[in-house]
Amino acid sequence: MQISEELVRQIAEAVVRQMKAQNTQDGLDLTPSGNVKNTLLDLPDAAAVRKQVRELASGLGEDDIPSMAGRTRINERKTDYSSYPKAEKGTDPKEVVIGVGAAFQREIKKTIGGIPLEEVLRNVKAGIEEEGMVPRVVKILDTSDVGFMALESAKLAGSGIGIGIQSKGTTVISQKDLYPLSNLELFPQAPLMTPETYRHIGKNAAKYVKGETVTPVPSVNDPMVRPKYQVKAAIMHIAETEQLSPELGIIEWRDQ
Amino acid sequence: MKRSKRFEILDQRPVNKDGYINEWPEMGFVAMDSPYDPKPSVRVENGKIVELDGKEQEDFDFLDQFIADYAINTDRAESSMAMSSLEIARKIVDIDTPRKDVLRIISGITPAKMKEVINQLNVVEMMMGMQKMRARKKPGNQAHITNLKDDPVQIAADAAEGALRGFAEEETTMGVARYAPLDAMGLLIGSQAGRPGVLTQCSAEEATELELGIRGLTTYAETLSVYGTEKVFIDGDDTPYSKAFLNSAYASRGLKVRFTSGSGSEVLMGSSEKKSMLYLECRCLYVTKGAGSQGIQNGSVSCIGIPGAVPAGIREVLGENLVAALLGLECASSNDQSFSNSDMRRTARTMLEFLPGTDFIFSGYAAEPNYDNMFAGSNFDAEDFDDYNVFQRDMQVDGGLRPVKEADVIAVRNKAARAVQAVFRQLGLAEVTDEQVEAITYAHGSRDTLPRDVAADLMSAEDVMKRGITGVDVVRALAETGFTDLAENVLAMLEQRVIGDYMQTAAILDKNFKVMSGVNTPNDYLGPGTGYRLEGERWEEIKRIPHRINPMDI
Repeated sequence: MQISEELVRQIAEAVVRQMKAQNTQDGLDLTPSGNVKNTLLDLPDAAAVRKQVRELASGLGEDDIPSMAGRTRINERKTDYSSYPKAEKGTDPKEVVIGVGAAFQREIKKTIGGIPLEEVLRNVKAGIEEEGMVPRVVKILDTSDVGFMALESAKLAGSGIGIGIQSKGTTVISQKDLYPLSNLELFPQAPLMTPETYRHIGKNAAKYVKGETVTPVPSVNDPMVRPKYQVKAAIMHIAETEQLSPELGIIEWRDQ
Repeated sequence: MKRSKRFEILDQRPVNKDGYINEWPEMGFVAMDSPYDPKPSVRVENGKIVELDGKEQEDFDFLDQFIADYAINTDRAESSMAMSSLEIARKIVDIDTPRKDVLRIISGITPAKMKEVINQLNVVEMMMGMQKMRARKKPGNQAHITNLKDDPVQIAADAAEGALRGFAEEETTMGVARYAPLDAMGLLIGSQAGRPGVLTQCSAEEATELELGIRGLTTYAETLSVYGTEKVFIDGDDTPYSKAFLNSAYASRGLKVRFTSGSGSEVLMGSSEKKSMLYLECRCLYVTKGAGSQGIQNGSVSCIGIPGAVPAGIREVLGENLVAALLGLECASSNDQSFSNSDMRRTARTMLEFLPGTDFIFSGYAAEPNYDNMFAGSNFDAEDFDDYNVFQRDMQVDGGLRPVKEADVIAVRNKAARAVQAVFRQLGLAEVTDEQVEAITYAHGSRDTLPRDVAADLMSAEDVMKRGITGVDVVRALAETGFTDLAENVLAMLEQRVIGDYMQTAAILDKNFKVMSGVNTPNDYLGPGTGYRLEGERWEEIKRIPHRINPMDI
């Protein structure tokens, strides 16, 4: 049920009516004016009203999980990236571009599985460098779809190989000429990722640049990831998506 | 607080490992009814819909425009919309109102009205509706055939076993997308070794999937995804028009196709426009109908964790399956994704489609252990085969499967694996050793098989695409290596593309390649004594589960 202002008002009116009836029966009248609407608006503590409304609505007493109904964002603040340099297309044929999500290392600090995002980046970069290639990190502000993030990164990379990493940890390796929803390697089950997986991803991306025959990072699968993590994934994705600034496109994300 | 021992036990129960969340309409976490859903309305001028669910034509987004132009019968619109939602809901349940009459009424209502109608029904009424409104008379079932190694030989063996167990369709996908051509071939060959006439598909990136279909390496397609908001469509680089075009591309080559949708996807992608999951799914289904697709795979599908987390979410999932049937679409009703840690909860959820029967109760029952399921786990897997057979026997319900004998399973698995070995050798593709064939014949899952040379396999896969290998090449290779019966079966599947009858709503093929669809075998349920009844030979088959007491042994 949505706790809209209208519903709050209706239930509060009912509460006040009940109180009035009660008080009149008791021979008391505590309401200074007959104007129910004003009485409601004069109440200093909206949270108390909401609590009472919820108790009345559920008949089960206090709910210790706060209702989010009425809120249209997860983070009220949107980070302003307008002062950051726009990402340019690279020319170094050894360059692999890592495109991170809009909320990366700002609103979201850890993957859905709890790996700090600094550690994710450090490992991917190390993997690329171990194969003698050069990483560059950009932040993608025009899409939160990991397939497109990877493809856009690939198009910026001097080598044509890119890695897209959402803040929740979902990762794709792509190549600039692939169809948008295709990929070289896809890691859809972010909760199962480890720092070693991210290092392996960096190494494989670099090997694609070198034109080697690459054995993909072995797939892992846990069928119970979905029931446990899907809601959390949705919330994290919403938090990422609401930070998008499509007008800024892609920015350089150095030394973060 | 000192903890209650009972609460400590309850906290550890599998059901409490699942994710739940309060309703939050602004983010789309609301199943049946959001305060932001539009009120139903329609206005027809000169045979065109110019107002839809509270919006004037100039305010239409591309879904509204597509639905107004192609998905609503304008001749029926005003009269159907004049009926109350309650009255329409009652006709859906009423055993004296034939399916055809309901289809006619529904053809004139809008998505917002449809949402209102479904909100009138509790789950038992929805099941009664589904029993009557399902397109094909006989329910069916579909399998997922995948493994963690993307091993095409194991895919062939599992496809053969799945076909023997009764699945009418089999679907594969890959962990490594580039395996697609080899896995599609393994599935095609294996399915025909288990039971002639089983349809196969390979879920891949759309252009790849289309190419595999055109080449005859698959015999139907399913992964044409549609979404309930414009933003999510655009994010996927798509529109309803591009999906309709893709649908036509398959049709032009005589392939069966269904679309895919499901509640929760818009929430997961962060663009629900504050609407209920049911309303958005109604829009998806109207787009599907408008695009001329014969059917849909829906019921939240891979997003099931989202409706599963909110109140009445599972009621909503059945509700959206019913909407598909009400629009006259074939419904492959999901149950195809792991949804709960609790065996009780996952079974309860499936009963809603199992009991009334749908065109495909599962749109992917994992016919391998779930650790091998590359759709990230199905709601039921190979380890549940006997449970499922007992459900059918206990309740005398046809769930599309049958008990099988171990020796028969071993025989078809071995034949499928050997056939793939022979075809790969004949076509100069990656080697399959005798040891691999042996291991896969007796395997439960990929933990029991030998590793494959992934790099060599991927080069072969690329080779299949580059050389333009087609279904006809597979037929030839089978014939040349002595698998004459399999060659004939695969050829018969290719012939279906020329005949085209299996493109009709809810079509499947029997073992003689005869089509059973909503057109030639329509659902004629009208209460007790009518419609599909589980009896005769089919019932005898279901009775014969393996673990029965032999009184002579006592």
